[in-house]
Amino acid sequence: MSDQPTGQAANQAADDDVLRAPLLLEYPFRRTTGPVIGAYFTALREGHLVGILDDSGRVICPPVEYDPQSGKSLTKIVPVSSEGEVVHWTWNSMIREGQPFDHPFAWALIKLDGADTPIYHAVDASHEQMSAGMRVRARFALERRGEVSDLECFEPAN
Amino acid sequence: MSDSAPIELPEGLWSQPAVDTSAVDSITDVESVQLITTPAKFVYDYTPGVARTRFLRAIEQKRLVGQRCPETQKVYIPPAGVSPVSGLPTLEEVELGLDGTVVSYCIVNLDFTGNAQEIPYVSALILVDGSDIPIYGLVREIAPEDVHFGLRLKSVWVEPEEMTTSFENIKWWAPNGEPDVPKSELADYV
Repeated sequence: MSDQPTGQAANQAADDDVLRAPLLLEYPFRRTTGPVIGAYFTALREGHLVGILDDSGRVICPPVEYDPQSGKSLTKIVPVSSEGEVVHWTWNSMIREGQPFDHPFAWALIKLDGADTPIYHAVDASHEQMSAGMRVRARFALERRGEVSDLECFEPAN
Repeated sequence: MSDSAPIELPEGLWSQPAVDTSAVDSITDVESVQLITTPAKFVYDYTPGVARTRFLRAIEQKRLVGQRCPETQKVYIPPAGVSPVSGLPTLEEVELGLDGTVVSYCIVNLDFTGNAQEIPYVSALILVDGSDIPIYGLVREIAPEDVHFGLRLKSVWVEPEEMTTSFENIKWWAPNGEPDVPKSELADYV
């Protein structure tokens, strides 16, 4: 460094001299729902669950816009029950920000009564309560705004 | 699914048909949801590194500092600690002026900022005195149509008690009243 008399080691600093700060990057996206997802969210806001009738007469819940087999547009919204049965589940003990609870809970595939496909959601229950085949019911948010979080979670039905 | 029929695409624009909700009493007579907000958020633990830490600590004292490439002698702001041209460490810190010159600009007529900035406004590339690479800045205190190449600007800073280690210490740039810099002197910076 003898040939750099003005260098004054500009880039040397003790680690604790280096700045550090939280950096928040946030995008406030707005999305149009389209008629199918719009109907689903409208129903959630009213405290109900709906599915959609596919080409072969099955009820898909949550509703999808196109038939999974034929690709044709689907339009017939039908009611499904707010109660159903856990098909599969897994336990979540490592809680992260943005998850529905601050305590351990289950993620589950739940086939609602009247639906032919399962919905994926959180179940607020103890590990001991969880089992495939257990009955659960929807718990809706108290203040609902017509969005996916209006359906807070599922809970044991008994 | 290999034997499913070819998908017939609808004519004209690809749009979804209206749904039939007649089977669901609870949603037939209420206002339908058509729009949702889906914010996406990323929280980083950010460190600017040694060179930019020095830059930010200087800016807290209302100083602008760059670093010089030992090979090309170009002065970079904000400094990255290394020359993007030679790849060598930029060991010499250079005190820069608080004024600069417009080398490019854009009159913004679209609201990118969610009303944070009244439109139209001018975003400019400003060559800070003593540096060799322009930085972005907001130009105010002048009509947008009067902003031009070579315009001399001064930096306008927040109040001393509001100064932090942030580039936002510079609120915007405004004309400093000096004569324009001739085009020939800015040829390397466009």
